[in-house]
Amino acid sequence: MSIWEYANPRKFMQTTDPLVAPAFWLAAACLGVGLIWGFFLTPDDYKQGSTVKIIYLHVPSAMMAINVWVMMLVTSLVWLVRRHHVSALAAKAAAPIGATMTLMALFTGAVWGQPMWGTWWEWDPRLTSFLILFLFYLGYMALWSSIDNPDTAADLTSVLCLVGSVFAILSRYAVNFWNQGLHQGASLSLDKEENVSDVYWQPLLVCLAGFVLLFVALVLLRTRTEIRLRRIGALEMKERVG
Amino acid sequence: MMPDLGKYAVEVTLAYAGSLILLLALVGTSVIQSRRAKKLLQDTEGRQTDG
Repeated sequence: MSIWEYANPRKFMQTTDPLVAPAFWLAAACLGVGLIWGFFLTPDDYKQGSTVKIIYLHVPSAMMAINVWVMMLVTSLVWLVRRHHVSALAAKAAAPIGATMTLMALFTGAVWGQPMWGTWWEWDPRLTSFLILFLFYLGYMALWSSIDNPDTAADLTSVLCLVGSVFAILSRYAVNFWNQGLHQGASLSLDKEENVSDVYWQPLLVCLAGFVLLFVALVLLRTRTEIRLRRIGALEMKERVG
Repeated sequence: MMPDLGKYAVEVTLAYAGSLILLLALVGTSVIQSRRAKKLLQDTEGRQTDG
């Protein structure tokens, strides 16, 4: 059995049908536990006070903002190389999720930054690269909706996705590239010494799992919607011709 | 019962409220669009079968 079998729309619909609802329930459970744990049961930070509770929204949404673009990059490359329609539709389906995650990261960052840095916004490398990533998401969605031919739209948006990947990578490593600006280094690291304290780290891990599961549930649901819309278009075309 | 958020209560509440609104809007629109597409496909396929 080959992975490319799932590029067949019928096979994709059959396989994902039983997965969507469990993924939503698992995501809701993880998010519920993680956010309640983080919000109600963790202490204030000695420096940042209660604003540390924003970490449970800010870090997972920022992580997903970048990772969704990486997923779009992989599916766009699959489209460009192998011309599988499901992969192009999966990239299209993921874009509004990524845009929402990026907006959420920018919003929670601004709300967190105001009391800690004394400003809502600063043209700091990481903040600026995230803003550009958000604009890329908007441009990507606008390009899809502005072209009638779906294959041409998939081609052009895939190329835009390749270009935008530079900013997705910059968003992740901006703090390392330019050792300046207000934003701190990564909150998550494989090096335990660099991580946040365990008392914040454990609920944060649950929230991260919740955001990943929510993305899986949403991208499956939205890809299925795109496949149905494509099928409707094909049937309507057949009606007009025949 | 709300935890004591101290002098940053407004910022923390705003971050949580804004984020939850964004997440609910995303899930809500995705579910509505999915149901609409499913219904439309059923109608279109039904029309083709009848015709």
